[in-house]
Amino acid sequence: MTFDNVIEGHSWDDITRQIAEKTPEEVREALSPGMMDSGGTDIDRFISLVSPAADEALEEIAQRAQLITEQRFGRIVGLYAPMYLSNSCTNSCLYCSFNASNQIDRETLSVEQAVSEARHLHDEGFRHILLVSGEDLKAVNLNYLKEVVSSLRPLFDSISIEIYPMETDQYRELAQSGVDGLIIYQETYNKDLYAQVHEAGKKTDYRWRIETPERGGAAGFRRIGLGSLLGLDDWRTEAVYLAMHARHLMRKYWRSQVTISFPRLRPAVGGYEPPCPVSDRDLVHMLTALRVFLPDAGILLSTRESKEFRDNMIPLGVTSMSAGSCTQVGGYTGNSATAGQFEIADHRTPEEVAETIKNIGYEPVWKDWDAAFIR
Amino acid sequence: MDKPLVIGGHTFTSRLLMGTGKFSSPEVMKEALQESGTEMVTVALRRVNIHDPGDSILSNVGRDRYVLLPNTSGARDAEEAVRLARLARAAGGGDFIKLEVTPDPNYLLPDPIETLKAAEILVKDGFTVLPYIHADPILAKRLEEVGTATVMPLGSPIGSNRGIRMRDAIEIIIEMANVPVVVDAGLGAPSHAAEAMEMGADAVLVNTAIAVAGDPAAMARAFKKGTEAGREAFIAGLGKPRKKAEASSPLTGFLR
Repeated sequence: MTFDNVIEGHSWDDITRQIAEKTPEEVREALSPGMMDSGGTDIDRFISLVSPAADEALEEIAQRAQLITEQRFGRIVGLYAPMYLSNSCTNSCLYCSFNASNQIDRETLSVEQAVSEARHLHDEGFRHILLVSGEDLKAVNLNYLKEVVSSLRPLFDSISIEIYPMETDQYRELAQSGVDGLIIYQETYNKDLYAQVHEAGKKTDYRWRIETPERGGAAGFRRIGLGSLLGLDDWRTEAVYLAMHARHLMRKYWRSQVTISFPRLRPAVGGYEPPCPVSDRDLVHMLTALRVFLPDAGILLSTRESKEFRDNMIPLGVTSMSAGSCTQVGGYTGNSATAGQFEIADHRTPEEVAETIKNIGYEPVWKDWDAAFIR
Repeated sequence: MDKPLVIGGHTFTSRLLMGTGKFSSPEVMKEALQESGTEMVTVALRRVNIHDPGDSILSNVGRDRYVLLPNTSGARDAEEAVRLARLARAAGGGDFIKLEVTPDPNYLLPDPIETLKAAEILVKDGFTVLPYIHADPILAKRLEEVGTATVMPLGSPIGSNRGIRMRDAIEIIIEMANVPVVVDAGLGAPSHAAEAMEMGADAVLVNTAIAVAGDPAAMARAFKKGTEAGREAFIAGLGKPRKKAEASSPLTGFLR
């Protein structure tokens, strides 16, 4: 059974209503020690945790999140960097600079250029890299990706991808080439809204998208990353779907670690205005509630967020951060004038981020994987 | 008089083994290691740059002072664990290997079948193998038969701080073992370490409880004392709790 089958029994409006109807008593019950000791398997309790009725319990949820994170992960923060391979895209996503309808310069790195960009990141200390691209099979196909990955393997211990959805066999080939992590955002779990914001291209297929993490799990990726774009719809309902999705994957592909990202929409080419802006308080609520519900999930926070916010979030559940990011194709070596995917908000160098992590009593971890796991 | 703890030809005075994960910095880890009195330190291969002597973990562990116990954490099957162990040895990590095969990333429970397979291969390769296992007495015997240097049953799930939840099974393992039994995982308080040692375990391995304590160095000292106290009590001979009162001078003793 895929996650799309699982959510057939739930309607967006129904879950939104359940969230609204939660009472402070139900929140107190959800925060009872029995549930907190081992996370929670009951989605109804998670619904209580993210409900408006839980707003007053935010400090308590945050303290639980800190306790659980420290126990499960200790005082460490993994560091990674995204690297954009291509901004060519055949999709039209209203919120994204790479939207095929936007008049921007399109560029795809050659394998040599990719190695040169990657070397820059390697020299800054990174050993975990995230390869990002738009969806354009002419620009970025499987053979190209395999060649890039093989060329980067001597430089990096861990290589993840955040590209377009692929078939299981293709993922398997990438896994064998040395990719160990897959990130694929559903953008929004609301089917109606999904159809509205994805106007053209392969990405219009909701089911193809939502079943992608399962194809990744079947292909053997060690980490599978999920996320909703925050700002598209009500964050509380998105969080409930996200929690259900993560639980589903953890049970079905129990050998893979599930990670969750919290991409708040940022200004981008096209000038899309998010209809449901998510405040700092909302994001803290969502992230900490998910940590309490999913004690072992990796939680990623990108440079979309400001340095002040990121620093304050470290003790609340974050396990990995990007640093020194550039969302332009070829942007690290300064050879590109293309538009970035979105504006970043934390402009510190990786070294500065690492130093701050140390100053607040955590260890920045550059390497937490070894290529020897994969032949 | 206590017998020394001997593993892989090394004699250890301390019965507290320590892990190196989850510390807030290599310096905090180094201080905690010193205060613990430990002589054997496990490091995750996936965290260290094993070829680089300047690696922040390795350089703070002090190879001259501690027996380095590289572990295969992250390995999902025997094949991966064996590959990692060989890599560690090729890079100068020595012959000790803590065998961890944990295909599930959430509870990190060890896979008994793959652990046994890997142990057999690594022992033939000449490694001193210390396998991390569920508290399974039969598996412990099977591992001993293939030649592992210890068995390391978990007290409770790793990082859970729940203490010894597998007491009955660990007691059987201790009673049946011909190799040192190291209780590994789940020990959250010095009293848990003391409990394991009172039961007759040969050593304990602690990481999370020390690494995430408010003052890791002080917690390391506390675990050192807990481990020593438990061992001393075991050697001294603990009174066994009984359901019925038993007179210290049996009333029918004269009949013997």
